Amino acid sequence: MTELPTAPPRVPRSFWQGLRAFVPLIPGVMPFGMVAGIAAVQAGFSPAQSIAFSLIGYAGSAQLVASQMFGHTPTLLIVLATLIVNLRFAMYSASLLPLFDGVSLARRWLLAYGLTDQSYAVTMGRPASTPNPVAYYAGATALMWLTWQSGTAVGALLGARIPAHWPLEFAVPLSFIALLIPVLRSRPQVLAAGISAVVAVATYNLPFRLNLILGAVCGIAAGLLIQRWKGQAA
Amino acid sequence: MSTWLLILGVGAGSLLLRASSLVLLRGRKLPDSVTLSLGLVPASVLAALIAPELLYARGTGAFDPFSPRLAAGLVAAAVAWKTRNLLWTLIAGLGLLLLLG
Repeated sequence: MTELPTAPPRVPRSFWQGLRAFVPLIPGVMPFGMVAGIAAVQAGFSPAQSIAFSLIGYAGSAQLVASQMFGHTPTLLIVLATLIVNLRFAMYSASLLPLFDGVSLARRWLLAYGLTDQSYAVTMGRPASTPNPVAYYAGATALMWLTWQSGTAVGALLGARIPAHWPLEFAVPLSFIALLIPVLRSRPQVLAAGISAVVAVATYNLPFRLNLILGAVCGIAAGLLIQRWKGQAA
Repeated sequence: MSTWLLILGVGAGSLLLRASSLVLLRGRKLPDSVTLSLGLVPASVLAALIAPELLYARGTGAFDPFSPRLAAGLVAAAVAWKTRNLLWTLIAGLGLLLLLG
């Protein structure tokens, strides 16, 4: 066989473009997933529960937060804390909405389930010429899902065998840094990030990682103010 | 038992948050101010996720402005700026953290 297998015609080209755009993120997501799998097992989840958590919850930071709190906090409070950490998904969901014209309800549920920081960031950074942004998003999301699930499964199975002094969990903020840098394209965005960082650090001791939400809200408000101010100056 | 409740609770809640606009708001147009704010969401949320991780010690949760994590994070940010490559960012950040202990 000399020919490369071609995609069935039903899969739009944008799907493969989105999938390809996600490839550079694999080396960051894989260790992040492994860390989440390891953290869950070390917190007292069975490997099966850890894998199920990843499949059903599918939220890296929330999985890490839940593992941190597990055993010390009532279940309901842990769920609440993860929902607060995941509030940003509601913001992403609203921000992606304009792309989803004409997509069926069933597909919307499926595509919504796959929404992550990474698939969102890849989709927002797509080339302006992408003919089918939803397919592009679906491609990035599919590969993200596969990478994450295999990463957490490997982590859950490796479990406690990884030496505790390896700073693997630092891969998490590092991959967020790599996502943040390309988004800092304008002064309002830089200001929003700066204010958000300061507030999130200053209010670190709030319960349930509320500092995350407070930081983001203050950052967005500051960015909006400077945008309005620039608008009047122009 | 409570582990499974936790898993199902996180799963249901996360799905509803992700579906909030995509499924419930479909067909409706958002006001300009909301669209403007949404453009600022990624920068703000990512910064809020990162900064405390660099400035507070793991385990103890103590504020530490001279932490090796901050140095490693700043170097990683410089590498991310130059290369726009996640793998190099990870190698630089994790490598420096290992060196600094």
